[in-house]
Amino acid sequence: MTAQAHHEPGAAAEHGHGADHQDDHAHGSLRSYGIGFGLSVILTAIPFWLVMSGALGNNQLTAITITAFAAVQIVVHMIFFLHMNTRVEGGWSMMALMFTIIIVVIALSGSLWVMYHLNANMMPVHDMRQMP
Amino acid sequence: MSASAVSQSAMSAFSTPVSPIFGRLTLESFPFHEPILVATFAVVALGGLVVFGALTYFRLWGYLWKEWFTSVDHKKIGIMYMVLGIIMLLRGFADAIMMRLQQALAFGGSDGYLPSHHYDQVFTAHGVIMIFFVAMPLVTGLMNYVVPLQIGARDVSFPFLNNFSFWMTVGGAILVMMSLFVGEFAKTGWLAYPPLSGISYSPDVGVDYYIWALQVAGVGTTLSGINLICTIVKMRAPGMTLMKMPIFTWTSLCTNALIVASFPILTAVLALLALDRYFGMNFFTNDFGGSPMLYVNLIWIWGHPEVYILILPAFGVFSEVASTFSGKRLFGYTSMVYATVVITILSYLVWLHHFFTMGSGASVNSFFGITTMIISIPTGAKIFNWLFTMYRGRIKFELPMMYTVAFMLTFVIGGMTGVLLAVPPADFVLHNSLFLIAHFHNVIIGGVVFGMFAGIAYWWPKAFGFKLDPFWGKMSFWFWVVGFYFAFMPLYVLGLMGVTRRLRVFDDPSLQIWFIIAAFGAFLILLGILSFLVQIAVSIKNREKLRDTTGDPWNGRTLEWATSSPPPDYNFAFTPVIHDGDAWWDMKQRGWLAAVSFVALLGIAITHTFNYNRDFSIPAEDVIRAEEARTRLLAAQVTP
Repeated sequence: MTAQAHHEPGAAAEHGHGADHQDDHAHGSLRSYGIGFGLSVILTAIPFWLVMSGALGNNQLTAITITAFAAVQIVVHMIFFLHMNTRVEGGWSMMALMFTIIIVVIALSGSLWVMYHLNANMMPVHDMRQMP
Repeated sequence: MSASAVSQSAMSAFSTPVSPIFGRLTLESFPFHEPILVATFAVVALGGLVVFGALTYFRLWGYLWKEWFTSVDHKKIGIMYMVLGIIMLLRGFADAIMMRLQQALAFGGSDGYLPSHHYDQVFTAHGVIMIFFVAMPLVTGLMNYVVPLQIGARDVSFPFLNNFSFWMTVGGAILVMMSLFVGEFAKTGWLAYPPLSGISYSPDVGVDYYIWALQVAGVGTTLSGINLICTIVKMRAPGMTLMKMPIFTWTSLCTNALIVASFPILTAVLALLALDRYFGMNFFTNDFGGSPMLYVNLIWIWGHPEVYILILPAFGVFSEVASTFSGKRLFGYTSMVYATVVITILSYLVWLHHFFTMGSGASVNSFFGITTMIISIPTGAKIFNWLFTMYRGRIKFELPMMYTVAFMLTFVIGGMTGVLLAVPPADFVLHNSLFLIAHFHNVIIGGVVFGMFAGIAYWWPKAFGFKLDPFWGKMSFWFWVVGFYFAFMPLYVLGLMGVTRRLRVFDDPSLQIWFIIAAFGAFLILLGILSFLVQIAVSIKNREKLRDTTGDPWNGRTLEWATSSPPPDYNFAFTPVIHDGDAWWDMKQRGWLAAVSFVALLGIAITHTFNYNRDFSIPAEDVIRAEEARTRLLAAQVTP
């Protein structure tokens, strides 16, 4: 927050009034879009191949691997397609991203932790074969 | 209930005959058999006809449509939000006093006067209305009105979206109101926990009203959150760095960050519940791998930030009020900002304290118990900041300041019972008891409601150009404060004795006296609400006597007081340049005669500046005319 406060004056003056109509978003070059597209294809093809071929031979390991690929894919999209870096919008985009990540991590990991405990403590053991 | 029975009842809910025109709406959907509802409907219909007739007679429809309903001016939208919140307060309070009456009567074999299915709807509607359609519109309305003025902006970033958000909120409110006379409302409690809210236990339309009302209003709230964040981030006057922002703007920024991050969770979880109900899915059912506990977990990940969404702007109001009416700069501005930011983050780390008793076990409960206790630290720091702001100040006990003092006394009690409930073993005793009900009413009435009333009294002269009548304001204040203590202190006692919430009848006659005291408190609050309405009526009647021509009746410190009251459509003719946290105070210290001549210059200079506003242009002549009128008013003050 302090770092924000320090370089904010410039940004505030710059974006002051009405000026917010002007388009100051970074635009990618053909090259950066190409790199992004290539990486996305590779990062999609590998998990696809892993699932189709069953190369890892272990369902859980495969699931974890493709989740990791998905996470990397998100980062690729943000950098090459959403042009995310520390300078866009005077750093606000980055800060919004950090806030989002913090909240998502808290919500997901917290829910997993809480629900794991609740399941272990409170749920009767279901035998799916006896389900109607 | 076995799984097959569940799926059968789900099937039967889908296989009832459906009319091609009215769907499942039949005459049975209208509650003719409920004398209370029929009488209510008669009164509402009559009142509606009178209002409709009056508006037509005075030819106000065109004016309302053009100047208000379709307005994109953030000030008018803010005022419409406030009107919505106050109207819905009347409905939510009607529910409250019905519950108090029922609980005071239903002793010694008496069933009271409300049948159980009606009583269950009443307590559900009370909670939903008070949070979503009273507190949220009041908070959003105040932010909408004040924030652009405080940062020296001409409007919000997306003026049309602002109007759209407002009408989405109204849409949700209308759905809840409709459920009174067509069909019924949910009988599930205000968060509609499954499996009770699932299709097998709630096959009626009540939960559907609940889901759609909250989805529609929730989207509106999210959009308005995005809008206000953009406004604060991008449209501050030059020189207004983050750490020179007024504290109310800071709390608004944090509140809207919370809205944007948490309301999508509410939308998602209600969408999942809707899928369960409409498409026979099993996210939250008892069988087929569903987990009702997941719903409770998810809805509180939204629900806990929600209470901070409500209280943070109230904290902002109290900060502005304490500083203005003590004639001092706010004590510990920086610590106030950091406390707000810390609360923003921590509010996401405490949600499990709403269901300690669901069975997560010792490690999980301890973690969330400790985070809950930690979040009280920045809140406590704020109380000290307000106290030190008042210390050696020249305090003027105008109405907003009275609410601020009442808030500090009341909120500290609510905070302490909150920390008590944060201890998991204590919570196992008090969970779902009236102690909890007393606690959250203590912080919501003592914090949010007092804050909104303080804000209304404080900014009313800015919005309308005249002050509110102080006598009726003080009547309202004392009825509210005393009424609150009468209504909720007995509930603490009852809760400690083990009375649980949402009960319709009681066996133990020794408890009745406490419920009668609580009902008396609710009656005092009724007088408080009526006094508030009288205050508004009397103030409008005596507006010439209460007129404020300076635009700065309280000797204010922030930028909204630098423009006229009510502010012109464009807020500021000149974009102000900011040198100090209390920008307007700073300008006044630099010589307020200079400020007058500064204003006088605006009429000439304006032709060069008005075209900043590209999307909604105001003709230069209008601006010049408005500014000249204000200059004349101000000049009349300087040269008696």
